Amino acid sequence: MNSKLKDMVWVFAEQTDGKLADVSLELLHKAQTLAGRMNSQVSAVLLGHQVEKLARTLFAHGADNVYLLDDAELKDFRSMPYANLITTLVEEQRPRVVLFGATHIGRDVAPRVASHTRSGLTADCTELKIETVTIKKVEYKDLLLQIRPAFGGNIIATIISPDVPIQMATIREGVMEMGEPDASRKGTIIPVKVELDPVEIAVKIIEKHQEKSGVNLKGAPIIVAGGYGADTPEKFQLIKDLAKVLRAEVAGSRAAVDAGLISPERQVGQTGTTVRPKLYIAIGISGAIQHRAGMQESQKIIAINSDAEAPIFQVAHYGIHGDLTVVIPKLIAAYKSQLH
Amino acid sequence: MSLHTIVLVKQVPDTSNISGEVMRPDGTVNRARLPAIFNPEDQEALELALRLKDKHGGKVTALTMGPPNAANMLRECLYMGADRAILVSDRRFAAADTLATSYALHKAVHRIGKYDLIFGGRQAIDGDTAQVGPQTAEKLGIPQITYTLEVQELDLKKRTIRAKRAIKNGYEILESPLPVLLTVTKDAAEPRPFDVRRLCTYKRAQSRFEIEATVDDSHDLVWMDELLEKAKTSDLLIETWNIEDIDADVEMCGLAGSPTKVHKVENVILSGAEYKAVPATSEGMNDMIAELMRDHIFG
Repeated sequence: MNSKLKDMVWVFAEQTDGKLADVSLELLHKAQTLAGRMNSQVSAVLLGHQVEKLARTLFAHGADNVYLLDDAELKDFRSMPYANLITTLVEEQRPRVVLFGATHIGRDVAPRVASHTRSGLTADCTELKIETVTIKKVEYKDLLLQIRPAFGGNIIATIISPDVPIQMATIREGVMEMGEPDASRKGTIIPVKVELDPVEIAVKIIEKHQEKSGVNLKGAPIIVAGGYGADTPEKFQLIKDLAKVLRAEVAGSRAAVDAGLISPERQVGQTGTTVRPKLYIAIGISGAIQHRAGMQESQKIIAINSDAEAPIFQVAHYGIHGDLTVVIPKLIAAYKSQLH
Repeated sequence: MSLHTIVLVKQVPDTSNISGEVMRPDGTVNRARLPAIFNPEDQEALELALRLKDKHGGKVTALTMGPPNAANMLRECLYMGADRAILVSDRRFAAADTLATSYALHKAVHRIGKYDLIFGGRQAIDGDTAQVGPQTAEKLGIPQITYTLEVQELDLKKRTIRAKRAIKNGYEILESPLPVLLTVTKDAAEPRPFDVRRLCTYKRAQSRFEIEATVDDSHDLVWMDELLEKAKTSDLLIETWNIEDIDADVEMCGLAGSPTKVHKVENVILSGAEYKAVPATSEGMNDMIAELMRDHIFG
């Protein structure tokens, strides 16, 4: 490790109750690639209370440095103290790139930091690259290409922030690969002094309630997902039946969530969860890009749809044109018969 | 002390109805060609503000930045119960990203003056960024509560509000001093239907642009001023502010004030990858399952 290299790429290391968010580790892995393009180091920014022990995990996943802001007032996330402390650090150190997970925390804090530092910020990117871009004969070095679907998913937009020194993005959990941790990687902990004004900590957390075992779509080897084509509870029940037989998790597209057929934490896609299971069965899902962005990395994809022109077939390995009320029972029967 | 709530609202293209034809060559959307609707989460934000007004009294101001036809949405705010509607509109605001938008909105809030609460939708369906709320709060130097699920208690004596906010796999209850900006998630509050009496009154409410459009060359400028004055005194004016009205720096507005630029726009071209067409028959299913089992996809 060359200690003279500047740390141009930063990742906000999000932790809750002393546990790091997966998305932060995924972003560190990506940050290594981006930093390589800029001949720079990667730093994680870690706020919390008694969280120094997490630095080792951050090093193992790709951080060269950890800025550590440790204070009792930072035990739980709150917008103002977190945003203001990160802002001060960004203004002092002037990184080129700062990445945040697109979580309830990252999407709360990143806009405040970007606003104060007048940085470009793009939400929910699905891909990031570092490139030199020439616009009207002017060369811009080390631009972060912030790539995301936009406007109903009919287009993929590449956003850049050429005229400002600091470029920021939020990225959903599961979009980037985590990579294998390397326990032998070493790094430097940089303690940062925490000073907070009473005004900054005026918002109080009265109560906090978190389910320990939420839905774990990301960890499921098989996912059966329904969409607009399964628009009645009866049809959606067939999807649940299939999932039960296959011991799979049930998921849905945004249309299914909007129709109240399935809870939001089971939504797959750009504004939901990104998954890469061994098998993804998309039933009655047309396959808008926001949905495909959340599942197209699955190892095998079966698409079942009555519309042969549905875009979902373009990412499928197996395509079945047909009515789900006919297809699902046959599929269940075929699976059961071959189990024995 | 009477409660004053500002609600940030946005008229958005109905993104479920976008085709390639509405894109301009520079990658921006030609909004004029899309059906325009009241951003759903902003409408819920207005409903929450109106419920607080029902309980505590006071005033609700609807504020938007947008093209002239956003007056349509502001009239809907009046039909629902907003007391005042303000349209911040100027060609020089065009192509603003979230930073330039929040800059203009915070300048407009300054012009409005005293307020206790600001509500807005968590995000707009055309961008899904959820950035304008927090960025406006930052520029105003006030706290924020994002992902608000419900307002639990407003204490005007203590000047505090308690709200329930979504977090991963759960929720937290925050207590914030006033003023504070809250962004509201879907299903926080079912918007009330339009009030029929208000509809009859405020369907005649007009923005400056709309009043201008009724004036032809045969009238002089004094006539226009008289019309504006008349609309104002009869409480039927949708106040219309430009860059100068909100004392904004032109360099901080619109494209010039936006650090993010659209570099490239690609239409989504489906790869047309080959997939195995499986007949919807028992034989077809059997073959597919057998293949997947061979590939160790199950178990």
